[in-house]
Amino acid sequence: MTAPTLSMAGALNRGLADALDADDRVLVFGEDVGPLGGVFRVTDGLAARFGERRVFDTPLAESGIVGTAIGMAMNGLRPVVEMQFDAFAYPAFEQITSHLAKLRNRTRGKVEVPVVIRIPYGGGIGGVEHHCDSSEMYYTHTPGLRVVTPGTPEDAYHLLRASIDSPDPVIFLEPKRLYWAKSEVDFAAGVPVDRAVVRREGADVTLIAYGPMVPVALETADAAREEGWDAEVVDLRTLSPFDDETVAASVRKTGRAVVVHEASGFCGYGAEVAARLTERCFHHLHAPILRVTGYDIPYPPPKLEEHHLPNVDRVLDAIARLQWDDQVDGVVGVA
Amino acid sequence: MTTVTRSERGLLPAAEPLALLTAAGEPVPAPVLPMPGDEVLLDLHRRMVLGRRFDAQATALTKQGRLAVYPSSRGQEACEVGAVLALDERDWLFPTYRDSVALVTRGVDPVETLTLLQGGWHLGYDPYEHRVGPQCTPLATNTLHAVGVAHAARLKGEDSVALVLLGDGATSEGDTHEALNFAGVWQAPVVFLVQNNGYAISVPMSKQNAAPSLAHKGIGYGVPSVLVDGNDPAAVYAVVRDAVRAAREGGGPTLIEAKTYRIEAHTNADDANRYRDPSEVAYWLSRDPLDRIEAYLRSRGLLDDARRDAVLAEAEAFAAKVRDGMNADVAPDPAELFEHVYAQPTPALREQAAQLAEELR
Ligand SMILES: Cc1ncc(C[n+]2csc(CCOP(=O)(O)OP(=O)(O)O)c2C)c(N)n1
Repeated sequence: MTAPTLSMAGALNRGLADALDADDRVLVFGEDVGPLGGVFRVTDGLAARFGERRVFDTPLAESGIVGTAIGMAMNGLRPVVEMQFDAFAYPAFEQITSHLAKLRNRTRGKVEVPVVIRIPYGGGIGGVEHHCDSSEMYYTHTPGLRVVTPGTPEDAYHLLRASIDSPDPVIFLEPKRLYWAKSEVDFAAGVPVDRAVVRREGADVTLIAYGPMVPVALETADAAREEGWDAEVVDLRTLSPFDDETVAASVRKTGRAVVVHEASGFCGYGAEVAARLTERCFHHLHAPILRVTGYDIPYPPPKLEEHHLPNVDRVLDAIARLQWDDQVDGVVGVA
Repeated sequence: MTTVTRSERGLLPAAEPLALLTAAGEPVPAPVLPMPGDEVLLDLHRRMVLGRRFDAQATALTKQGRLAVYPSSRGQEACEVGAVLALDERDWLFPTYRDSVALVTRGVDPVETLTLLQGGWHLGYDPYEHRVGPQCTPLATNTLHAVGVAHAARLKGEDSVALVLLGDGATSEGDTHEALNFAGVWQAPVVFLVQNNGYAISVPMSKQNAAPSLAHKGIGYGVPSVLVDGNDPAAVYAVVRDAVRAAREGGGPTLIEAKTYRIEAHTNADDANRYRDPSEVAYWLSRDPLDRIEAYLRSRGLLDDARRDAVLAEAEAFAAKVRDGMNADVAPDPAELFEHVYAQPTPALREQAAQLAEELR
């Protein structure tokens, strides 16, 4: 039997349906997630199949959605809520940081809040302002949260199922630009949460990416081969907690690393990755760890977003700047 | 006596706060709710005496440096005790930082109640043991948790109700409005009790609210609202009991504003003389909720000196237990800092725990 081909949105839909099927305690709610099926149709058909008690529309209030989800989780349910777009999760920020992330700690483990907050995330779809934020650092900086972002439909399915099963709250960032990207999904594969994965093996340089930048990193690796660089691609999948082991092993092997993300670079996730790797792999490094990120600007309007977002050329440029021996001594490679 | 049910009253609160007892402790002429039974009244009295003694003890402990901070609820005992006694065991209570007396009334161990304020840990009690949410310091966020717990109870087919306590200042926060709206739309079995004690730290009601009363805020959300004399323990009990019963029977949420007064400063760290006149305090002292119920019980022959002395003695013993508990030096274990962040400590947290353990060797 071959694995079916699904879009990421389709894989997420199937993940929600299977989770609702598997566990009566699972609820799906948010803005327009009922009969409409969500603005990205990730919850399509779920209200009809599981009924209004399990899948329902709420009043339009993000703090209300997350705050009531916290109460429901305290009372034994497992809410999976949707924020309509990344920047519209900010009204819920207090509930997320002050309560969702901390309740286990504040109650010394007595209260668990297994809430999953699904957030369509990132740019590249021509969205207007406030519809394309890369907000991962706000969440990864907050202890107590898991922050997960899939780069393939198969990961989307499995990471979502694992997130719903997680006893800890999860911020589940869904790269908007990958919603319609299709590939095979093996439902039996099983993807561990909290582990990065080497998506493509290589010997010379590690490209570290997640979510929307995974395809960009993979394309770059193909292009780099033509330039004579054998790039390895690591997909982080879970941003917090960070899988030091997998990433550091790759960088010790290749000795060079480029971190790629859409969010602004200043105080961005790439800074954390670079610092951790410097601490762990310093003596294996042949060059400083470079970051390829969005500029330090508010997310630009649709007609300019292509200038902001990292692309294959920028990543290739970064690879070229990695102090390769032929550039350093100017001898190797000269005929 | 004719009494008026919650649904007959409609959404709007009456112009004057509902009361069963006058400030002098006499029954009001035409009560709209039945007077609680004698057993309840005696229990209200006893718990209020215990609560006030507990509050005084906690205040004293701050002066000795045993508590990091203590927000007193002296003067608000009718709300703290009346509302909690109106709950059944299966119901939930969502308190704020000021509601320690509500917690001990609910049966939470007094020393565990004070753990947060003492600084030993963020919470001393198990929220599931007495169905009491963690005392909440961000204002109004607990309102949404209460709605969530209450809605979950309905979804699970249980008939428990959630009571959430909040202050007058907290009604200005967005979460209060979201919670009232969610509760109205979902018809969630939740009771909001606003203890309007006149001030949010230093900010008076005149700068907090332009509506005729805080209870009026329920109408826009379709939530029936009641204004009650918050220094009348019989009335607070009766009104909350009525709202809890309605919620349990599927009648949805109620918003209650209890008009009361905070006799002490906001916390031991606050100087109330900077924003309020001592004559105001004197006025409210003359409306003391404990005096009121005591006068009534005596007039009914339900309370005599012997019984009052017995309650006072019980309160002294209770205070002694609090003192002993708080004076015991229990050092929190730093290793616990790394537990309870996630269900399982992450590799990074294990490393950090080892680092601190090394430092402490
Ligand atoms: C979201 C938030 N903002 C500010 C504060 C700081 N703060 C603590 S108590 C308080 C006043 C609260 O007044 P009220 O709701 O009337 O309750 P009371 O203290 O009178 O019981 C303020 C502003 C806070 N705890 N939470």
